[in-house]
Amino acid sequence: MSKVVASLMPEFERLRQRFPEGFDSSMTLPCLRRVQEVRGHVADEDIRALVDWLGVPRIQFEEVLSYYTQFRRQPVGQVRLEICRNVSCSMRGAERLLGHVCRRLGVSEGGTTGDGRFTVTTAECLGSCGTAPVMVVDDEYHENMDIDKADRLIDQMSRAEGGRGG
Amino acid sequence: MAELRARDAKILMTFPVTATSHLLAEARARGAYGALEKALRTMTPQQVAKEVTASGLQGRGGAAFPTGRKWAVIQYDDGQPHYLCANADEGEPGTFKDRWILENSPHQLVESMLIAAYALQVRHAFVYMRGEFSAPFRRLQGALDEAYAAGLIGENILGTGFSCDIMIYRGAGSYVCGEASALISSIEGKRGYPRNRPPRLTVKGLYQRPTVVNNVETLSNIAWIVQHGAEAFKAVGTPKCPGTRLISISGHVARPGVYEIEVGYPWRRLIYDDCGGMLHGAALKCVIPGGISTKVLTGAEIETLNLDPAEVEPAGSSMGSGGMVAIAEGTCMVRLLQVMLRFYHHESCGQCTPCREGMGWLHRLIDRIVAGQGRLEDLDMMARISKLQDGNTICGMGDAAGYATLGILAKYRHEFEYWIREGRSMYEGNLECRRSS
Repeated sequence: MSKVVASLMPEFERLRQRFPEGFDSSMTLPCLRRVQEVRGHVADEDIRALVDWLGVPRIQFEEVLSYYTQFRRQPVGQVRLEICRNVSCSMRGAERLLGHVCRRLGVSEGGTTGDGRFTVTTAECLGSCGTAPVMVVDDEYHENMDIDKADRLIDQMSRAEGGRGG
Repeated sequence: MAELRARDAKILMTFPVTATSHLLAEARARGAYGALEKALRTMTPQQVAKEVTASGLQGRGGAAFPTGRKWAVIQYDDGQPHYLCANADEGEPGTFKDRWILENSPHQLVESMLIAAYALQVRHAFVYMRGEFSAPFRRLQGALDEAYAAGLIGENILGTGFSCDIMIYRGAGSYVCGEASALISSIEGKRGYPRNRPPRLTVKGLYQRPTVVNNVETLSNIAWIVQHGAEAFKAVGTPKCPGTRLISISGHVARPGVYEIEVGYPWRRLIYDDCGGMLHGAALKCVIPGGISTKVLTGAEIETLNLDPAEVEPAGSSMGSGGMVAIAEGTCMVRLLQVMLRFYHHESCGQCTPCREGMGWLHRLIDRIVAGQGRLEDLDMMARISKLQDGNTICGMGDAAGYATLGILAKYRHEFEYWIREGRSMYEGNLECRRSS
């Protein structure tokens, strides 16, 4: 069994209790989110363990994983940088910001740096339009972003020691 | 007429935001949970529902459906569980008003949801929140934890015998999940596919049970309505569209943010007084009124308009979700539409052919124009595809992308023709508002 799923089992059991009767199918999204938070992505063995435990068909997990953009089936860099480039962010400089971050880290959009440290992706509207542009660093919003601020953030994270496993 | 209506009643943004103003103690000092107590102790569920119907409250998520009419479909004695879902999947580009409530006034939502749950005889309620909202999630979860600890939610609330649990269900990145039936599919742990109606969700919703899905802002008005009464609510806004609207305004204004206005508020006053006008004193080119899926209106068109559906709709657009984007002169509308169409193409769920294929076509056509390889016929083709989607898809997303495209093509066709003819933008592809030298 997946060690990740095994370690989360007590939490999952508690969550299952909080749902009304007959809501087992609803467990897919929250379980996958937690697995991903722990492992960094969702692995085959996690899906097998969840299928066995919940009795939800594997195809449902696969459909969910391929539909929602936040789920990842492959490992990514230790730090995830996401830049919104929808209307309001683009109107406040998101395209220049994205270009700069990619050039600085030597990656193209969606790419991971050679040392496995940073992955840069784009996002669609994150509800930060009034504080645009936004760069999300590992799920935390950094708003009113500009090139200098992004540089400082990246400097800081580059200096930070090793950190979490990827 | 504009000035006569310029009143400033507030229902949601009634207090200064501080580092602690979202917490239960401060919310209670402002009167939070008084309406819950009133509803549970002195009113029947039917009376609460009647009050909401009488208030004339309309949905704030974009469709403006009367809340009371949606609720009225729920039968009290049908022997089935009923569910209530707050739609906190705020994802319509330009919209960030619900985030304001979730972060700054979460107890107003929790209290309102409990009152709604009482009116609809709901034991289990859900908040479907988009997966990217980390801070709003923490704020709302914190508020729920506080409310549980205070006995304001859960079993036997305030000793009245009424019980209701609220849990947050987090999405995982899908624009379409903001559509009510897609949201239901997602809470069922599946792909967020919209469903055909009928049956309506109030007849067969979550796990085939009667379900009410209301927007966060819509629900957050309920506590106020119960506390002050339907008549007081109707005294705010206009008779046809009572209450206030949270307008989230972004783009090229000097002070973007969330503003609460009474329905009927002068448009110019919002942009030029409240938001401090346009960046660098630029001229206003156009406004997207309520999320990018609503048709663009030019600066001249909004000049004398009030923010009232009765004025915005005859002008050819809609107040939608209240996600307003102000666009300065010098902005390239071709590039702006390109950003929108890339988004719609990315977010099409793929169920319906006109949307799945149409979005791809529109996206490729605009990319071709921007690459300098466009043809004049492309513009007619874009219009034709946009119209083809209207009404031919399960959800409104196909329609919405079509409106956005047709709106921009109708008013700024010359910019597209220029790019096709000259092989370059009329405005150097500008999306940002640069200081003019």
